[in-house]
Amino acid sequence: MSHTIIKKSLLSIAVSGAIAVSSFAQAELVIGVAGPHTGAYAAFGEQLWRGAAKAAEDINSAGGVNGEMIKLIKADDACEPKQAVSIANRLVDSDGAVAVVGHFCSSSTIPASEIYADAGVLMVTPASTNPTVTDRGLENVFRVCGRDDQQGDVAASYIVGELGAKRVAILHDKDTYGKGLADATKKTLNSYGVEEVLYEGLTRGEKDFNAVITKIRSVDADVVYFGGLHSEAGPLVRQLREQGSTAIFISGDGIVSDEFVSVAGSPEYVDGVLMTFGADPTAYPAGKAVVEGFRANGWEPEGYTLYSYTAMQVIVEALKQNDLDPIKGAEWLKSNSVSTAMGVKDFDSKGDLQVSDYVMYEWDNKGKYAQVN
Amino acid sequence: MDIVLQQLVNGLTLGSVYGLIAIGYTMVYGIIGMINFAHGDVYMVSAYITAIVVALLSYFGIESFPIIIVGTLFITIAITGAYGWAIEQIAYRPLRNSSRLAALISAIGMSLILQNYVQISQGARQQGIPNLLSGAVRFDIGDGFVQITYMKLIILLVAFISMGVLTYIIQKTKLGRMCRATQQDPKMASILGINTDRIISIVFVIGASMAAVAGVLITMDYGAFDFYVGFIIGIKAFTAAVLGGIGSLPGAMLGGLILGISESLFAGLISSDYKDVFSFSLLVIILIVRPSGLLGKPEVEKV
Repeated sequence: MSHTIIKKSLLSIAVSGAIAVSSFAQAELVIGVAGPHTGAYAAFGEQLWRGAAKAAEDINSAGGVNGEMIKLIKADDACEPKQAVSIANRLVDSDGAVAVVGHFCSSSTIPASEIYADAGVLMVTPASTNPTVTDRGLENVFRVCGRDDQQGDVAASYIVGELGAKRVAILHDKDTYGKGLADATKKTLNSYGVEEVLYEGLTRGEKDFNAVITKIRSVDADVVYFGGLHSEAGPLVRQLREQGSTAIFISGDGIVSDEFVSVAGSPEYVDGVLMTFGADPTAYPAGKAVVEGFRANGWEPEGYTLYSYTAMQVIVEALKQNDLDPIKGAEWLKSNSVSTAMGVKDFDSKGDLQVSDYVMYEWDNKGKYAQVN
Repeated sequence: MDIVLQQLVNGLTLGSVYGLIAIGYTMVYGIIGMINFAHGDVYMVSAYITAIVVALLSYFGIESFPIIIVGTLFITIAITGAYGWAIEQIAYRPLRNSSRLAALISAIGMSLILQNYVQISQGARQQGIPNLLSGAVRFDIGDGFVQITYMKLIILLVAFISMGVLTYIIQKTKLGRMCRATQQDPKMASILGINTDRIISIVFVIGASMAAVAGVLITMDYGAFDFYVGFIIGIKAFTAAVLGGIGSLPGAMLGGLILGISESLFAGLISSDYKDVFSFSLLVIILIVRPSGLLGKPEVEKV
């Protein structure tokens, strides 16, 4: 009996020795990358992962962060708040992450960010645009994308100014992001004196929107604004056209994925669809080499890929300048600029970008999108 | 006026699909008194099979729409029917003599297995199939118009033909008589020489086939699906089955149509935010007034 105890303790000494040696040889900086990898929004999780992974690869091959190599942990929140909380706990407790790139859906980012705040982990989201993400005054939360109120402003100004529309129908998917965006657009529209003719929510996960589309026809809308993601926007725009409506369809950055076309069934349906999104992220001179690096690996850096790359750069710069301390890093970010693949980024005291760069894009009949001049 | 008519058309197509799926719930309940919660996922599997068959057919250069839809219907029904048969063999037959709760849990497990199996083997992403048939008929009414796509007309046609064929099989053929006998009294039926195990298998295959018809039609119409698509539509179809009286075949069809039409009218005329609240309130009210559903027979306690 005592024999086994001795054996065990010897073994444990040997094991702990081995661990100490390995950590000495290769110091690692653990950073989580959280986004939806299963479920309907997995395409966006893929964009986030690709961007962060490429950034980590580039930084590691240039010598790492103060000599430490970045180790990424991929975490899947499925765009569900409950799962987001549980993976946030996992990243913080068992993986020992000091920083997180993520999440994607605002409804996941908001609850997860509180766990990161408690644990003193720096979080930079590449994609969550709901105002609440940064409005709660958490000191560890940053984003490298714009806010929905800014996005709504751009959309509403375009609807009133460029399109001169008087009859606007507003739909949303009842989720934090979708409804937040729809509300932001509605608010600005109303401030221009345009009252929406319809304001309704639809159910995420359904595919039949014919009833609400007939209602859009009945109020004779000439613009349909949708706050939501491509998996609902695709069937929605298709059924709108199938019922013979020619209303202009506008949405936000939730539909910026090639899957929008395949879900709609054919490029003819997305022809003329407008969306607000940050100015072409691949067009920054500072990011030319990065974009070429992605293309050399056979991945077109669409949607949020470069945002995720940028988020990783912001995290690394903050840690590098502050002896790898995420809390000091967060404080530092609020008063210093970071040069990234998407140009120089400055944050305000809430963690939002000081300058947002939303512009209008239009989809064409080939299923591609381009900036509207 | 045109708007109400258009909503009726929307509701009719949606409801006929609910009805097709509800048949699977109601027939299985009628014959073994169990809710087959994996049925929505059988529908989901058929959506994937549809996409694969359509891709294969176009790979072999077949472009005529009638051949594609008929071919897809036959192949998808065959494969989905096999799924229905296998599910019964694996998950329910071994539990035939256990408590109802055991079979129910087995059904929920089967539903999770199917979802995860499809998610892992086919990927979690949204899938889409290209538009196969475009064009619509348009009726001008006063200032407005009612527009129905050809695909919607095909949905209505195929759904009602399928329901008609099934009603004929159950009411007029020998197989149908055996099904009804097994439903009324399994023990007596088996004493009279009916292989009730085989009949139960056939009922599962019929239910899965009807879900496959719905899967083909809906997938070709909406073009978009994912591994989770069976959940919402399964719940709606189950509601339709209960609404019409679970266990009753015409009840399932009627329940589907009522649910589809009332959903469309409510969403269209009042509010789409509370569409689902309304559907389920309707269910609660009907169950209060008629506990066995619209066409269901009151349960007789056997002494």
